[in-house]
Amino acid sequence: MTRYILQRIGYMIITMFLIATFTFFLMKLLPGTPLSAADKLSEEQQAVVLEKYGLNDPVPVQYFNYMVNLTQGDLGISFQFDNREVTTIIMERIGPSMTLGVQAMVIGTILGMLLGLVSAIYHNGILDYGSTFIAVVGKSIPSFVFAGILQYFIGVKLGWFPVALWGTWAHTVLPTIALAIFPIAIAARFMRTEMLEVMGSDYITTARAKGVNKFGVVFKHGLRNALIPLITVLGPLAIGLMTGTLVIENIFAVPGIGEQFVKAINTNDFPIIMGTTLLIAFLFIFIILVIDLMYGVIDPRIRLAEGE
Amino acid sequence: MEKLLEVNNLHVSFDTYGGEVQAVRGVTFDLKRGETLAIVGESGSGKSVTTKALMQLIPKPPGRIKEGEILFEGRDIAKMNEKQMQKIRGKEMSMIFQDPMTSLNPTMKVGNQIMEGLIKHQKMNKSQARKRVVELLELVGIPDPENRIKQYPHQFSGGMRQRVVVAIALACNPKLLIADEPTTALDVTIQAQILELMKDIQKKTDSATIFITHDLGVVANVADRVAVMYAGKIVEVGTVDDIFYNPKHPYTWGLLGSMPSLDSEDEELYAIPGSPPDLLDPPKGDAFAARNDYAMKIDLEEEPPMFKVSDTHYAATWLLHENAPDMDPPEMVKKRMKGMANMSSSSSEGDRV
Ligand SMILES: Nc1ncnc2c1ncn2[C@@H]1O[C@H](COP(=O)(O)OP(=O)(O)OP(=O)(O)O)[C@@H](O)[C@H]1O
Ligand SMILES: [Mg+2]
Repeated sequence: MTRYILQRIGYMIITMFLIATFTFFLMKLLPGTPLSAADKLSEEQQAVVLEKYGLNDPVPVQYFNYMVNLTQGDLGISFQFDNREVTTIIMERIGPSMTLGVQAMVIGTILGMLLGLVSAIYHNGILDYGSTFIAVVGKSIPSFVFAGILQYFIGVKLGWFPVALWGTWAHTVLPTIALAIFPIAIAARFMRTEMLEVMGSDYITTARAKGVNKFGVVFKHGLRNALIPLITVLGPLAIGLMTGTLVIENIFAVPGIGEQFVKAINTNDFPIIMGTTLLIAFLFIFIILVIDLMYGVIDPRIRLAEGE
Repeated sequence: MEKLLEVNNLHVSFDTYGGEVQAVRGVTFDLKRGETLAIVGESGSGKSVTTKALMQLIPKPPGRIKEGEILFEGRDIAKMNEKQMQKIRGKEMSMIFQDPMTSLNPTMKVGNQIMEGLIKHQKMNKSQARKRVVELLELVGIPDPENRIKQYPHQFSGGMRQRVVVAIALACNPKLLIADEPTTALDVTIQAQILELMKDIQKKTDSATIFITHDLGVVANVADRVAVMYAGKIVEVGTVDDIFYNPKHPYTWGLLGSMPSLDSEDEELYAIPGSPPDLLDPPKGDAFAARNDYAMKIDLEEEPPMFKVSDTHYAATWLLHENAPDMDPPEMVKKRMKGMANMSSSSSEGDRV
């Protein structure tokens, strides 16, 4: 198992290296310089600034310097935000994003699973139709539309939670709900299908034939087996949330990575764009690793195949 | 021997989009304590549905017990609710399924799967149950049980898994054991082992058994009596000797002619012409009439009652009516019956419980 994890970490490093290289050169292909927004500067001033940030060096040299700094955890200095270190800026900003992402993920999958479970247990009953309706709505309406609806009705009309900005936990409620809708819908649909399939399988009949009650059949025998395929959608869901936060943070004016990222793109702030891309890429890869490891925890067949 | 089970006029239907599938249409039989009844019949004849109904394991919906009673030690199973059934399942009666590759929970340790019933029905604590599980695994011939209980089903071979399934079924010493083609999914040598095991266990525990099979060799080997099912009904029932030496129903003739036996070297197999009727809309009269070379006019109009051949032997065919002409089974089937007779007499001596 340890060997397996080490091997995976090795692959992660290679992947990160490739992604860093790729984004770096892509960025160089972008039109414009970070200065294009500030055209009040004179030629000389511009030259001084470009020199200062090393932007006059040949591209391979810039690449080499960037990669060397990267191995030391140095993501460079932001062009726009008072020359501050990108790492510091990301660190400041990651809190709100993480809070939203993790809350939405946890609430989304748990609620979705429960909905799906209820659907499967009361198959074709009123509860099933209800949760199917929620799932269809959640899947077909984009999160930014939900965000608007939530802001208007719950934030403005009812005034239960703050409409935007950041500060207390109450501020997280609406953006979290807006983000969680999609995972809820996906997890519910998936859970329902899997659970129905599992409940029709032979070993469930075996369990019933032993005299196991309905609760035991569903939770002791059914759930775990239905969860195995559900893990496969957790990865895409988490990744979907990460892109979702980019939009949602802007709508709710949350001072997170996403909001920062969009600003950086608008101002050609290369180091911030690079840093954020690498961070998101790292999270992607990390989530995939965690999910692969989760399989092992839930499915004994996988655990043993790798453990031996 | 006292009666353990009495099934009277059992009807089971499935409500599907196409309409009501009448899978079981008036099945009547009984079973004494310790007795083994084999149920044979073509695919789709309702063998599994009948036996699942005995434990109320029919998926509801779409299935339902429409009519009839299932008297188990005098209590009517058909009228029991889920709570009452949970006390009976696994304790008073249990079931062995066809495919050991799918009938065990892949994410639960084998020991825990066997223990479940013991903890529930015998009110054992974990360590008592574990001790009993080790005993059970020894009983069903699984070596190294102390370690095996900690493993998952995928670490067992098909034959070993079926032994686990047998252990689960036997855990609480049920009075009735239902085995639905327990050896069909296994290869031939393992089949024989599992069969020996089941016979052995039956001798030790004296539970009554209903054994569904397509294999007449197995019938000869394990059964006291045989019920032949066709289109949701029992068309002939009798002792093994009655059915093998003196079959009366043309369907039984066809079945005997078409089922491979253990020593089938020379014989060609007989194929019953046509296919079973549509259970969405079962035909009037004798359901077998359309495929029956011996069908008479009345077969198309009226359903034959069970005619008594002897105290142990009944068959539902108008051929047994006093006004019907005497009919003999086709030559080919007769020849096979002779082969069958050899087979059953060679294997049944001292073997049959
Ligand atoms: N869930 C269900 N829904 C609809 N029809 C069903 C269902 N289960 C069984 N049936 C029908 O009931 C009839 C009897 O099926 P059953 O499984 O009892 O046959 P069988 O005699 O056990 O056959 P086999 O030898 O293939 O196991 C079949 O026509 C089948 O289509
Ligand atoms: Mg069957």
